[in-house]
Amino acid sequence: MHGRDMTEATDDISRGVMAIIAKKIGKPEHELMLDDRLDEIGLDSFAAVEMIFDLEEKFDIQIPYNANDTRMEFETVGEVIAAIRQHIGRP
Amino acid sequence: MAHRVVVTGWGVLSPIGHTADAYWSNLSRGVCGIAPATIILADQLTQRGVAEIKGYDPGKHFEERQLSSLDRVSQFGVIAAREAIAQSGLTFKDGLSEQTATIIGCGAGGQLTLDESYKRLYGENAKRLHPLIIPKMMANAPASQISMMCGLRGPAFVVASACASATHAIGLAFQMVRSGGAPVAVTGGAEASITFGTMKGWEALRVLAPDTCRPFSRDRKGLVIGEGAAALVLETLEHAQKRSADILGEIVGFGMSADAGDLLSPDAGGMRRAIDAALADGGLTPADIQYVNAHGTGTAANDATETQALKAIFGPYAAKLAISSTKSMVGHALGAAGALELVATLMAAREGLAPPTINYLGSDPACDLDCVPNEARPMRIDAALSNSFAFGGLNAVLAVRRFQ
Repeated sequence: MHGRDMTEATDDISRGVMAIIAKKIGKPEHELMLDDRLDEIGLDSFAAVEMIFDLEEKFDIQIPYNANDTRMEFETVGEVIAAIRQHIGRP
Repeated sequence: MAHRVVVTGWGVLSPIGHTADAYWSNLSRGVCGIAPATIILADQLTQRGVAEIKGYDPGKHFEERQLSSLDRVSQFGVIAAREAIAQSGLTFKDGLSEQTATIIGCGAGGQLTLDESYKRLYGENAKRLHPLIIPKMMANAPASQISMMCGLRGPAFVVASACASATHAIGLAFQMVRSGGAPVAVTGGAEASITFGTMKGWEALRVLAPDTCRPFSRDRKGLVIGEGAAALVLETLEHAQKRSADILGEIVGFGMSADAGDLLSPDAGGMRRAIDAALADGGLTPADIQYVNAHGTGTAANDATETQALKAIFGPYAAKLAISSTKSMVGHALGAAGALELVATLMAAREGLAPPTINYLGSDPACDLDCVPNEARPMRIDAALSNSFAFGGLNAVLAVRRFQ
């Protein structure tokens, strides 16, 4: 079973990332779990590129992402949040 | 009555040669036309590699007063068409002008004109634009300019289907000549969309290779944008023989399909239907084909999916095919790609030499067919295919035979 870590999901970065992912897959934000896999919740490669763009715009960062690279740096919702934290330089 | 359709002229303006002869010479030697961009500011691009027409001087081809109404894409189209017509030896007298079709593929129209105008307007707060912006940027401009500059008064239009534009255009011209609708057609494709705006758009799509174009190779990282034009003169066999023209090759089949699925992801089913249709239209069986000029963009998805489609059609025989992507040398010229590639395919059959897929680092299990890695291969080619599969799921395939 998926378990949600409320402490991680309540800060600004987490909420911002969750909102962007939820919008891309057309689901309410509260249904997202940190360990949800992006491919399993319906985020195809097209939506992934749009998600990256939204994340870059929201957090004013540059994410090096190439759709041809099969090695994804993040595969779950929680990993996206962690990656954004790392880019922003905030723990 | 159906006519046989032969090619009696070709013209090429490419990143590896400004004439058809130079293009073939460099294709057969595996010369790479990809380098950092020079016609736009590359320092603000994440991926700087493009396949530009190098050393291009419009003044060598056009008078100053002509250039004010010609976007780069129309210049390219006219230059290629002039070379093809000159090689065919045709003169458009005695009513032939009115019977000659001009059908040109172009994916993006006059992008340079658009980009420069918007920069002036939004970036520099210009109060007015040049009066010929609209006729320079209109998508049909390459066909209009070729018809005007070469004196062709028959059916004329541009076909737009992104990366398959030229293949669709040539296919329609082929059908028109075969059906007797026009004894002669000037066809092909032109593209010149390496602008700062479009390159930032490609960058945003995250499909550009950071290094170079490596179709079917392991560690391929995406496509490289190119530009250029290629034109062909198509004629009925009777028309060409009556005037003792030099026949360069024959187009025998054309197939099209739409995926009606994903906007960007390729679909083996759609590719397969287009290839099947081209073979059937040309009265060919899979075993008749020796060479395939692949769409082979160098993206992870296209090359694996194209391999699947070819294996589905050709079965065990797929392993015997020579399948190369000339995009490894000239990049992806989008709306011109299908024309550059059909000319390469016809040249390969005529010369008995499969051009290579260069920049190849080693095999990828998902692309386990023979892609003629890194070096051209002498071989007999009686019949061949040229594949084009566009964003938006629009597929077009041409089948050709060595003329005999």
